[in-house]
Amino acid sequence: MDSASMKLDGNALAGLLREIFSLEMTMARVTCGGCSKTGYLGGLPAYVQAPGAVIRCPACDIAMMRIVHDNGHYWLDCRGTRSFQISKA
Amino acid sequence: VTSTRPLTPRVRSIMLSVSGWEGHLAGQHVDVRLTAEDGYQASRSYSIASAPEAAHLELIVERLEDGEVSSYLCDELRVGDRLELRGPVGGYFVWKASLGSPLLLVAGGSGIAPLMAMIRHRHAASNQVPVRLLYSSRSPEDAIYRDELDSMSSADAAFEVIHTFTRSQPPGWTGYRRRVDVDMLREVAWPKSQEALAYICGPTLFVESVADGLVTLGYPSERVRTERFGPTGV
Repeated sequence: MDSASMKLDGNALAGLLREIFSLEMTMARVTCGGCSKTGYLGGLPAYVQAPGAVIRCPACDIAMMRIVHDNGHYWLDCRGTRSFQISKA
Repeated sequence: VTSTRPLTPRVRSIMLSVSGWEGHLAGQHVDVRLTAEDGYQASRSYSIASAPEAAHLELIVERLEDGEVSSYLCDELRVGDRLELRGPVGGYFVWKASLGSPLLLVAGGSGIAPLMAMIRHRHAASNQVPVRLLYSSRSPEDAIYRDELDSMSSADAAFEVIHTFTRSQPPGWTGYRRRVDVDMLREVAWPKSQEALAYICGPTLFVESVADGLVTLGYPSERVRTERFGPTGV
């Protein structure tokens, strides 16, 4: 399968994000660290092939979040995200 | 597992009774995790097709070629078996009856699942928000919940179902017989002045082309929610 047909939505990571964060992250407003575009995390392009998950910016394609989990650890690399605005409910 | 039944030749419905279930929102999914005897684990996401008001949780599973999880769930699972679930999860692809705007739902194949939860939720809540469902299937036999959808829409003037059958059509069929394209969306979708909310679910390329089509027709991308179905899990 080519990468275009492997694309999912950030919403597909909801279960994984729920293990790491106590608040619902798919409705978080995130700002790209590369181009400053904002969007709901749940609506951003996501790629979930092993070994990890990647959320990309739909505008500039930078990797906004990378998550790898194994052996009881989560590795979270968010250098491509400038900010998260997370609602309490 | 309280029951299973075939919905189409390739899709099975699985009804679950979940202890401690705190309820879900229409459009959410669960992650199903299977663990083999040697400890190998595989996890996949399945959208919940039942309404929040329903007594049991319904998942629908399409048997994928070489799908290690879907083939187990379709072929091996028996009533009384126990499954490990994570969820309900996902707040983005969610619709509540209180939201108001006209709804445009576009489904490709088993992408009907979360949209069915929305339709059943609206019905259970006696909500009168106008809804149009555009549902693309290969053939009438592949159209999941076709009878339930058609009977709901014939009893509810505010709920329209528009089928397109891309490979084979019933005798005398006068409806759509091609993949969803911009011309079809122009005919079916609410005009942009209605400020409709759109939810699209199906295979990635299907979702992509429908979402692009709606944006072409003037839908703001923030009013177009997408859920792409893929074969992998996290």
